[in-house]
This record gives sequence, structure tokens and C-alpha cells, in this order.
Amino acid sequence: MMLKMEGVHAHYGHIHALRGIDVEVQVGEIVTLIGANGAGKSTLMMSLFGNPKASAGRIVFDGEDITRVHTHEIARRGIALVPEGRRIFPRMTVIENLQMGTAHADPANYAADTARVFAMFPILQERQAQRAGTLSGGEQQMLAIGRALMSRPKLLLLDEPSLGLAPIYIRKIFQIVRELNRDHGMTILLVEQNANQALRVADRGYVLQHGEITLAGTGAELLASPEVRAAYLEGGHA
Amino acid sequence: MSAVVFARHAMTPAERLRDAGWVAFVGLILGIPLVGLTTVDVGGRLGVETRFGLLAAAVAAVFAGRLLLRWAIDQARNRKQERDRASTATAADRAHGAQRVVNVLGWVALGASIALPIVFSDNRYVVDTATTVLIYVMLGWGLNVVVGLAGLLDLGYVAFYAVGAYSYALLSTQFGWSFWEALPVSGALAASFGILLGYPILRLRGDYLAIVTLGFGEIIRIILVNWTEFSNGPNGISSIPRPSFFGLDFTRSAPEGGQTFAGFFGLEFSPMHRLIFLYYLILVLALLTHAFVSRLRKLPVGRAWEALREDEIACQAMGMNTTNIKLSAFAIGAMLGGFAGVFFAARQGFISPESFTFTESAIILAIVVLGGMGSQMGVVLAATLLVLIPEFGRNFAEYRMLLFGLAMVLIMVWRPGGLLSHREPTVHLNASGKTAATKEAAR
Repeated sequence: MMLKMEGVHAHYGHIHALRGIDVEVQVGEIVTLIGANGAGKSTLMMSLFGNPKASAGRIVFDGEDITRVHTHEIARRGIALVPEGRRIFPRMTVIENLQMGTAHADPANYAADTARVFAMFPILQERQAQRAGTLSGGEQQMLAIGRALMSRPKLLLLDEPSLGLAPIYIRKIFQIVRELNRDHGMTILLVEQNANQALRVADRGYVLQHGEITLAGTGAELLASPEVRAAYLEGGHA
Repeated sequence: MSAVVFARHAMTPAERLRDAGWVAFVGLILGIPLVGLTTVDVGGRLGVETRFGLLAAAVAAVFAGRLLLRWAIDQARNRKQERDRASTATAADRAHGAQRVVNVLGWVALGASIALPIVFSDNRYVVDTATTVLIYVMLGWGLNVVVGLAGLLDLGYVAFYAVGAYSYALLSTQFGWSFWEALPVSGALAASFGILLGYPILRLRGDYLAIVTLGFGEIIRIILVNWTEFSNGPNGISSIPRPSFFGLDFTRSAPEGGQTFAGFFGLEFSPMHRLIFLYYLILVLALLTHAFVSRLRKLPVGRAWEALREDEIACQAMGMNTTNIKLSAFAIGAMLGGFAGVFFAARQGFISPESFTFTESAIILAIVVLGGMGSQMGVVLAATLLVLIPEFGRNFAEYRMLLFGLAMVLIMVWRPGGLLSHREPTVHLNASGKTAATKEAAR
């Protein structure tokens, strides 16, 4: 078991954003979390990271309870987050951005990790001396993913990686997600609004509504489910 | 008058001459009443005198000036066209070129600052003003850590300057500590005040952060004004001992059992010796500050500061402890401000809360912003400008600060990102195209 959330609640001030979430991620899986705007997808990701901390429930990562652990400590235990909206460091160069991903990693791995990321995203190698803010949206997303991979995480969290990208880049990002999982054995938790694509790449999925999990199943099951089709795939929101 | 209008294309020399001729002609017409004729007092009556020699000189100056201006405009235009044509050059190449210019500028400035007191060895005013410039350079470099690198807007930086200055003043007058003993202690004190300020504002950002730091600066000043037993209140602290040169004083007559600087080196006593010594002292302190900050920038902590400026959430997601990053920025910025304060107290020999008002904070912040956030060389340029403009403006008496404000507005219009907004990456590419990350850079 890579990650287990049991009855997790979270609050933003008075807003009760998560109401008893149970989510499991097994080693080597791609698990996706779909839901409308404001359903609590990003909150779920952030409370995994202890910001905000879960007000009730338990989060166990790799056999250890991380519910009360500091945000930066959680990252050091092997969870890497590709945040919503990419959040690269715009005034720093591409290579500096990648370096920031190794803030807590073993320096001995730096050269190998850089080479690995460049092999995965050749465009980043070409642009390595360029300011990250001058990259296109899709390139920035690749940089954000590359930066997260620099720390050799056990679990990769992707928060809406296809948001605001051109269709060609969306396809590319999902292809990368699949490759990371298949060729590098990366365990991935993927939050998406693009339910169709996300469920296609995912082994399993959860549907989040108003801070609660309303449906769970394999990617194929959810894709076929009438509720999901009605709410997320055939127009109209729940 | 079409010739005077800005030409769309580069002019031929003949066109330039004709253009300058037109302008000189206009100058002549205007100049006859303004320069050519003047009223004089002729035995109680008003008489008119002609000054055609001066007028001719003025018109000639206008002619030459216009020629030069047109030539400069055309040069700038050519260069711009060339740049556009060469836009195939990569961003990295251009950045590299900009960096080279800044480097050359830095060496020139260093050479000039070392030579300055030798050239002006008997000009008290120049050496004094240059010392002031260097104090502001050092303060700018200190604040640059907090504002320029870590992106934490601090409007109360002068508080740390005051902590440094008062630490030295009190340690030396009350306990007889020497400059060199008090320097590290005062720096450490200022750093702890930095951490003290840092803790309550960890969760604040932007405007809110600015307001709290502004308040902190005022609190320190008001404490200094009101806590008379401690700081002697608004009267300040006087007869602060001056730093000595390895135990040699800069006085006319040697103290008991001591020796004077002039006596030891067999020189004739001159008050300039101390001024020049102080100048070199602040130069060394400033250069050490620069070396220290430049080094930090390339270490993980420095990159973490910059990353924090760019995006705090992303920093947390990368496993960075943002609490420590912020506190270290505040502490180191404060320590450097404290060092500058110690020097200030030692140089003035007298300090009072008057010297540590909000205006000082604003000027130091202006130096960082005008220089270009995070740019070390930019701070030098901006500090020089901001100290010299009011000095040159002395002739304008009460319009001095107006001029100062106007200059600041013009700089921001001309260069919105600051004088030097180019940021030097902390990792370079070597010839083989591989990244040359230093060992600690990868840590």
C-alpha cells in the first residue's frame, strides 16, 4: 500500500472542504480523482501535503502516519507534487528549476536525474538556460513534472496537469503519465477535470462531489457508469 | 521647420548639418533677447549692453550639441536595427552579453572606488560623500537579500541599522568595547532582531507584510526616543569612539601609552587620514558583504530565497522549509544592516533616533528597487545616484527633494524593472553543453 486516507476531513476556515475521504493508492497504480470545480480535489491534494492539515482522519504513506507531519517533511518522505497551474519559478532558468526539485535529494544523484529528465523531455535540455517564464504552457507543465521527478519520489501527485493546455499538449501530458507509470513504475495520483482522458489512463478512479467520494471503481467501470457519463462526459455538471 | 522634426531614417552628414543649422538659427533668434542683450546699471539709470560674444558661443554650443544629439540618435537606431537583425542569437547568448557588460562595469567601479581617495586625498567633501554612498551600497546589499532575493517586502529595514548603531554606541561608551570587538556582537544582535521580526510575520505576504515591517521600524525608533535611561532619548549618544587602525589612533596627539597613526608612519598629522581610513574601512566591509551575498546566492539557501520569491507553494511542494528560508533571509539581511549601523555610529561619533526615520527605510528600499531587484551591481548604481542627486541638487535649495522625486520617477519610466534587471543564473553551461553545477549547487 502506497497511500491510504481514512475518513479524512479538512477545513478552510469555516468551510468544511473534505467530509470523510477514503482513498487508497497501491504501489505501481495510476489512480485518478475526478470531480467538478470546487468538489475538493485540490484540497484533497493539499491536505495530503499537510496544508491545510486534516482536521480528522488518518493519512498513511508508505506505512507511516503523515497526518501531523510538516508540509516540507512530507515532501522529503517521497511524495512529489506537480501543483495546479504548474507554479514553476518563472525568473529562474529551466536548469535552476530542475535543481530546486532536488532541494532535499541526494546530491550524488543530481547528474543522473538531470539526464533522466532531459531524456524524457528533450525540449527542456534545449531550453535549459532560458528563463522558465518564457516557456510555453505545455513546456512549463513538462518542466513542472520534470522538477517533481528530480527528487525520485515514490508517489507523484499531478494536480490538473492538462489545465489550460493546447490539445496537442494535453495528449502529450497523458502520454507522459502513462509512460512514467509503465516504463518507470511510478505510482501516480492524478486529479483531473478532463475525466475522459484521466479515466482512460487510470487503473482506478474516484469521483469527488462536495467533499465526499460518491463513486469508486476501475477506470473502465467509471467510464461506463451512467452517473459519470451524465455528469462529466456528456456535458452538464452535477 | 520640417528639418527639426525627428527623422524616420538615419540622416546623411549633409542632412545633419542642415538640421543643426536650423536649430542653431532658432537658438540665435531666441538668444538675442535672452543672452545677447542684458541690462546694466549705468549710473542709476538702466542701460542695455550687448553680449554678442557670449551669444555666439551659445549658438555654437547649440549647433554642436544638436549635431552630436542627431549622431547619437542615429547610432542608437543603427545598433537597435543590428540587434533586431541578430535576433537569431539565443536568449542565453544575449544574457551572457549583458552579464559581461555588468562584470566590466563592476571592475571599473571597483577600480574607481579604490583610486578615489588617492585622487581626492585633500578633498574632504568628495571622500565624505563617497563614504556615504558606500554605506548605502552596503545597506542596499543587505536589504537586497530580503527584498530582492527572498521577495519579502520590508519597509522597516532601518530598524536593524539602528540596532547595529546603538549596539556599538552603547557597548563602546558604556563598556569600552572597541570597534572590532563590537562589530560581530552588534551584527549578531541585529540578526536576532531580524528573527524576532521574522517569527510573527511568517504567514504574512505582500501589503500586510509591508505594514508590519513598517510598524516594526517605527517601534524601534520610538523606543529609542522614549526609553531615555537606555538610549538617552532624543539627545542621542555622543562621543562614540572612532575605530583605530590596528590600535593606532587618528588623533593629533597620542593617548597615554599609545601611538598615533601619523606618528607611527612618520607622517605629518592630517584629519584626512581618518576620513580616508573610514572610507577604505566601509569599502572593505561592503566588498565583504558583496562576496558573502554573491556566495550565498549560489548556495542552496540563496536559491531557496529566490524560489521563495517566485512561488511559496511550489517551494513547500519541493520539500523546502519555508519557515527557515524566511527567517534566514531576515536574519542575514538584518545582520548586514547591523554592520552598516556599527560603521555609521563609528563614523559619525554621534547618533540619535533622528537618523533612523522611515525616510531612511524608504531610501534604502528605493535603492534596491531602482537598482533592479536582486541585482548587486544595480544597487551600486542606484545608491550612487540616490546619494549624488540630492548632493548636486543642493544648488536648488528647497526644490532639491522635488528633483530627487522626479529623477526616481524618470528612472522607473525608463527602466521599469530597475537599472539592471538582468538576473544572472546560478548555474552555467560549459562548452560541452552539459550543466556545470557546483557541488553545493546540487545539494
